[in-house]
Amino acid sequence: MATFKVNSVEHTLDIEPDMPLLWAIRDELGMTGTKFGCGIANCGACTVHVNGSSVRSCVTPVSAVEGQEITTIEGLAIAAAGTNSSTPDLTAVQQAWIDHQIPQCGYCQSGMVMAVSSFLASNPNPTDAEIDASITNICRCGSYPRVRKAIRALANV
Amino acid sequence: MKMNRRRFILASAIAGGGVLIGYSATRPSRHRRANEELVQGPERFISSFIKIDPSNDITIYIPHSEMGQGIHTSLSMMAADELDAAWEDVIIEQAPAIDLFANGDLVKGFAGEFGVPSFLMGLVNVSSFSVAELMNLQTTGGSTSIRYTGEYAMRTAGAAAREMLIAAAANRWSVSSTELTTELSYVQHNASGRSLSFGELAADAALLEPPENPSLKDRSQFNIMGRAISRNDIPAKVDGSAMYGLDAHSDDMLYAAIKLTPVFGTKLLSVDASEALAQRGVKRVIELEDSVAVVADNYWRAKKALELVNATFEESEFDKVSSTDIAARFDRELAESNGSTDKEVGDAEAALEESADVIEASYRVPYLAHAAMEPMNCTVHIQGDHADMWTSTQDALGMRGRVASVAGLPEENVTFHQTYCGGGYGRRLPFNWNMIDHATLIAKEFDVPVKTIFSREDDMQQDYYRPAVHNNFKAAFDANNKVIAWHSRFTGPIQVPGASHIAYDIENQSIRVVDGDSHVPIAAWRSVDHSQQTFFIESFMDEIAHRVGMNPYQMRMDLLQEHPRHRKVLEVAAEAAGYGQNLPDGHALGIAVQESFGSFVAEIAEVSMGEENQPIVHKVTCAVDCGWAVNPDTVEAQIESGIIFGLTAAMYGEITIENGRVAQGNFPDYEMVRMATSPEIEVHIVESGEALGGLGEPATPPIAAAVTNAIYILTGQRVRELPIKNHDFSRSNPVAQV
Ligand code: FES
Ligand code: FES
Repeated sequence: MATFKVNSVEHTLDIEPDMPLLWAIRDELGMTGTKFGCGIANCGACTVHVNGSSVRSCVTPVSAVEGQEITTIEGLAIAAAGTNSSTPDLTAVQQAWIDHQIPQCGYCQSGMVMAVSSFLASNPNPTDAEIDASITNICRCGSYPRVRKAIRALANV
Repeated sequence: MKMNRRRFILASAIAGGGVLIGYSATRPSRHRRANEELVQGPERFISSFIKIDPSNDITIYIPHSEMGQGIHTSLSMMAADELDAAWEDVIIEQAPAIDLFANGDLVKGFAGEFGVPSFLMGLVNVSSFSVAELMNLQTTGGSTSIRYTGEYAMRTAGAAAREMLIAAAANRWSVSSTELTTELSYVQHNASGRSLSFGELAADAALLEPPENPSLKDRSQFNIMGRAISRNDIPAKVDGSAMYGLDAHSDDMLYAAIKLTPVFGTKLLSVDASEALAQRGVKRVIELEDSVAVVADNYWRAKKALELVNATFEESEFDKVSSTDIAARFDRELAESNGSTDKEVGDAEAALEESADVIEASYRVPYLAHAAMEPMNCTVHIQGDHADMWTSTQDALGMRGRVASVAGLPEENVTFHQTYCGGGYGRRLPFNWNMIDHATLIAKEFDVPVKTIFSREDDMQQDYYRPAVHNNFKAAFDANNKVIAWHSRFTGPIQVPGASHIAYDIENQSIRVVDGDSHVPIAAWRSVDHSQQTFFIESFMDEIAHRVGMNPYQMRMDLLQEHPRHRKVLEVAAEAAGYGQNLPDGHALGIAVQESFGSFVAEIAEVSMGEENQPIVHKVTCAVDCGWAVNPDTVEAQIESGIIFGLTAAMYGEITIENGRVAQGNFPDYEMVRMATSPEIEVHIVESGEALGGLGEPATPPIAAAVTNAIYILTGQRVRELPIKNHDFSRSNPVAQV
């Protein structure tokens, strides 16, 4: 049995302890916003938050998140709003992604948004070198210049 | 010979080398069929692709796949502008995968350019497909959507619908249609101050016959085209709600993991699956001709059990083949065969013979995988004589046809569910069928949906690759250092005619192609032959310039006197990049220019050498003349994307063959440009007002040579073989910038 919360909803699943969180979320819970890109923690497409920190869910066994609070892209805005009564539809990061017209095919962007969200939460005013070192997700469509512009704009507010 | 109507249209387009503008967008009146077959409520199709309901919601159906190129938005802008719709009233829908929405205009457009589009050539050669049936594709590729579907179908459909709405209003008010104007989804009669919304006129307009040649706007009359409009697909891509093929899901769904024969073209001999079958969740182990699949109730379980399957594949003559063997074979072909003519002008051989000075160089590039972020996948659900399918594709109708033929069903019995496409770049075009065939054969064994997923390793090792190419060059100079001969011999096949040709004014040219076959399957890869040829040509041009001590920019300008669009983008890029001015210490600029898919692109890369003696690309300045820009922000995004895609290939891209199979498996072996290695990119759109050019591909070709030309200045080393990462720059000997 594995028990964890996804976007504030508690789930108890009769699954193997070594099943990666990615496949528990996608195939067992049917939530498809979190993407499969490489399966070896290299591309970042599968990034989710565990207690607010980014992890690559393709290599995170469910046993490692027992009892933890997981946020996926579908729950990001609600998690960010916390207990505030006015729940925004989008976070500032998501809004910046629209303003800067970042996604192309969009497949990497769930992971990119999750990675940047936790990064900016812990480092609201990053240098370029810090951005380079921390945001290692792959975007095959090459949205990087726009991602950098959006991060800079978010850092300035 | 009796020709049906469709066949006639395409046949005449090819025979005449021309394009029948707008014909299929308005005739035969596809809107009548659409109203009969697709409409349930009071809304009406007014012309192909455009549906209007009484409350003035205007739905535009887009017959192309959205892969991030912003095509849904750009094509809607083209139709909406000609219609004089208010952009706020426009709803954008993916056209369903039915023949009513085939995008044969793409084919007609290409037919005008080259004959049948080369990346679709297989259709004509390999199957019962006739040229006429090409019209029935819904293909997205060749940087064609805006140029052909947009120009010849969407704009015409919008303009035709506008004229029909005006005619309906003229009838209603008993006035001449010349007294009527349109604006923001309304028809107006200024003399009497009356107006009716398009929605109020739609039912009447739908009864009319679309005009054959509706008049299109001048650029000065555009209200929507030319504005930077936000893409409609983006909001769903930031909150996880955008559905890709891989996201097809149902509670009773099964998942297949598959192991394909590692050596292309060989067959499965035997399987021991006893251990796999005993694993939790495993339903079946399925043996196919060239592969074995495990089907389970969760992909991870299927994949894990697959590792326990003992599969033996047949031995083959290719088992020992490596990249070195393939390279040796290519070199042998080049040495021994005269090949076939690609282009001959004057007498290059004679000029070389007589010339005072000759320069020679050999270039080569490796096979490349597409590596779209969304691994290949396909979900098929077969119930009796009907099938449903989900897959991310560049050709919905083609995929539907393929599933139908593999499942043994009539095409109409297969329902294609369109999703967003997590990257295409050519991988998801017709003929790259392996995934679709396997998924269909596996699903045939079950009565629930089965999702077959290629792992990243499968995706990389079972792709259809960008061909490896070798190219040998010679050029000859006269006594005044003028280039008088250009001699190029390269390994084929030619996928896009003309990519090896040069715009440079050189009197004698001999360009010939030899056989470049191997057992590695190949396909179109973003920008197709231009990706290799532009690297070769623009590098060798640079060698020529340095050889005679000319500035590489000036040399290009001098040899492009007859090509004002090339010159203009070079000029704009050079000016913007500060070419010829002082640069930071240790930086150099490399330059390259190319025309492809109707657009002209110059790129200037600013490069320095890092502490590890590896190049750092700081900035790329790009000027692009794509005629004019339908959606300028999308143009910039496509240029940025194309440059980074090409830069990844130039720096890291390499698929090698060992023991007949692909040696690379996942991203660490096939590295990508990432945030830390991504340059700043500055895009300048040059509006020449000429015919629209493509944008998905043209930015990719020039970047490799732009970077390696800068590396030459920094290190004195000419990179004649990609990727750059394989070169050792530790003994650098900088060259003075001329
Ligand atoms: S899928 Fe997890 S990092 Fe790539
Ligand atoms: S937007 Fe396509 S991979 Fe990032």
